[in-house]
Amino acid sequence: MASGRIWIRGGRVLDPSTGRDEVADLLVEDGKIAAVGAGLAASGGEVLEAAGAWVVPGFIDLHVHLREPGQEYKEDIASGGRAAVAGGFSAVVCMANTQPANDDPSVTEYILDRARQESPARVYPVGAATRGLAGEVMTEMVALVDAGCVALSDDGKTIMDSGVMRRVFEYSQLARVAIITHAEDRTLVREGVVNEGPVSTRLGLPGNPSIAEVIHVARDLMLAELAGAHLHVAHVSTAGAVDLIRRARERGVHVTAEVTPHHLALTDEATLGYDTNTKMAPPLRSETDMRACRAGLADGTLDAIATDHAPHAVHEKDVEFTAAPPGVIGLETAVPVTLDLVRANELAPLEWVRRLSTNPARIIHRAGGSLAVGAAADIALVDPERRWIYDPAKGFSKSRNSPWAGREMIGCAIATLVGGVLVWDVERGVLLP
Amino acid sequence: MTGRDLLGIEGLDRTDLERILETAERMQEVGRRDVKKVPTLRGRTLINLFFEASTRTRTSFEIAGKRLSADVVNFTPSSSSLTKAESILDTAMTLDAMDPDAVIVRHKVAGVPKRIADALAAPVINAGDGAHEHPTQALLDCFTVKQEKGRFDGLTVTIIGDITHSRVARSNLYAFTKLGAEVRLAAPPTMLPTGIESLGAKAYTSLREALEGADVVMVLRIQQERLDGQPRRRDRARSRRPPPERDPRPGAQRRRGADGRPVSVRGALGEARGMRASGARSARQASEGDRARVGVVEEVRGEERDG
Repeated sequence: MASGRIWIRGGRVLDPSTGRDEVADLLVEDGKIAAVGAGLAASGGEVLEAAGAWVVPGFIDLHVHLREPGQEYKEDIASGGRAAVAGGFSAVVCMANTQPANDDPSVTEYILDRARQESPARVYPVGAATRGLAGEVMTEMVALVDAGCVALSDDGKTIMDSGVMRRVFEYSQLARVAIITHAEDRTLVREGVVNEGPVSTRLGLPGNPSIAEVIHVARDLMLAELAGAHLHVAHVSTAGAVDLIRRARERGVHVTAEVTPHHLALTDEATLGYDTNTKMAPPLRSETDMRACRAGLADGTLDAIATDHAPHAVHEKDVEFTAAPPGVIGLETAVPVTLDLVRANELAPLEWVRRLSTNPARIIHRAGGSLAVGAAADIALVDPERRWIYDPAKGFSKSRNSPWAGREMIGCAIATLVGGVLVWDVERGVLLP
Repeated sequence: MTGRDLLGIEGLDRTDLERILETAERMQEVGRRDVKKVPTLRGRTLINLFFEASTRTRTSFEIAGKRLSADVVNFTPSSSSLTKAESILDTAMTLDAMDPDAVIVRHKVAGVPKRIADALAAPVINAGDGAHEHPTQALLDCFTVKQEKGRFDGLTVTIIGDITHSRVARSNLYAFTKLGAEVRLAAPPTMLPTGIESLGAKAYTSLREALEGADVVMVLRIQQERLDGQPRRRDRARSRRPPPERDPRPGAQRRRGADGRPVSVRGALGEARGMRASGARSARQASEGDRARVGVVEEVRGEERDG
């Protein structure tokens, strides 16, 4: 990408990789960060006035579903990439449950090729851990990683066979990537569609008990420990799982974990109106669980905020609650929704940025999450105060399945740079490709 | 009431319930007339939208509507036994085009009447949705109890059966509690949903304890297809047997009635003299059901009430 000079002036620079938190200027040159400091003398190139804004490393979403190939009516790499940069994400990690599944290097190459042509955000594919996500036969993990996969996962399709899971963990060390698990014991979930508890009882809908997640996290932690592998637990939703992960890390298990904005901000009470845009997997949990997730994020047990951006078409969600597919879109609302933790003084601004950029980069072993001189100029400008009304119909995702439709949001990404190129400007829209 | 919809008893208060029961009582007199009709809803259209077949409930609503002089249209979408994803918005828009004055909805999935109500201009009456609520059945049960007992305050109502899957249990729990009765739920632990006591009832796994001193006993049908691997009748019945005289657990002792004699399940049921399932009582309840539903139909069309 050709790019000239861009001066980002007068913003509060928050860089978790160096610990920098100060008002400063930042110079971008040739796609890289050329200088950071107070009072840089601007000469030539474009100027971005950042006064009042936070200048942060571009966010990296560890968990999105871009639906391409195969389900482009829900989302594709172009629309998902645009939604990403509009939300402050310079990179997204896309799950393998496409059609066909990303269980073969040819699919990985297709995704990366489409991303180069269509996406303003960087796209990092996750390869399937088993062929066809069937949980039986392992994929050619090394070939997938060589093709560009940054992790392996059967996300959404939990590998229930513990013997298969053990081999997946063991073999993954050849591939040197994390195994991401969607931890839900399907034999306990059964027909469950909302968190089991007073809310499911009031709604008269089948409950999905929190123990289904806890028991599965326990199994995966033990298997990962046995194999000496890197386990990354996707979308943690229960107090029990947070506790298990905290204790496993203390005894040296290589485990990382993420939590979604919706599990940090909403409880199962949001489901009381039967809105299928509050149906997720795992489901929205109790107040106690939500508090535990927030505390786990604050103390570092949960390393990352990841959206689990899961687009579904209107006609798929506008059905009986039990029949609707689980999942919500999240790329364009993650910043305002999770800034609530900063406003509530549960998370310092620098730590918030760390969980959205520096830690995700570390988990997938990719550059990013840094504003150090010489780093790729993946940068987001965040206005933490800006108020706006979220209308999914006006967003960049092809889908509208959000629990925050029509809500007032506080905070947004006002600009996003990828490789030194301005790809999102809140006043001008998505600028590339 | 929330708007003019009747989606559940949960959102009602005691005065709402009492008003509907009073209307049902007034309609008793109409039911005894030669011409069993009042002109309240003349020229109005009610749609019975039953996604799940139920001849009794549908007919009861049909009679209720006709007694109020409404035109009643039965609309039965093709219902396969498997879950069939329906566009709720499409259904509501189709109905809206028919310009009904009220729509009565039954569906096997909880929440569908609510979603239709959200999208529809006309008021919606929930005629049973999954394991959520069946408000008109509860009103009918309240009406029956009022006829038999004349009051609710101080009564103990025991509901026995598969509470987890029962919309009738939930609606009755709300209704009787709001009207001043104490509600007990009796079932094996696997048939008691999590957090049920937060709704205001007491849960029992001992049938004997649940029946002790009960004024009204309701027995729910247990559907074999919902047992989901649970043992069948014989084992559940064991919990009704008196415990052994010498229970090895510390502090355990056999429960005794006020007279000091051990309480037997049969005796407790006899004392309750509530809604014992006899054919005649059920038939009478069916006709009371029409009255209760007249009360509900009138309630949601309240602004047109002529006196």
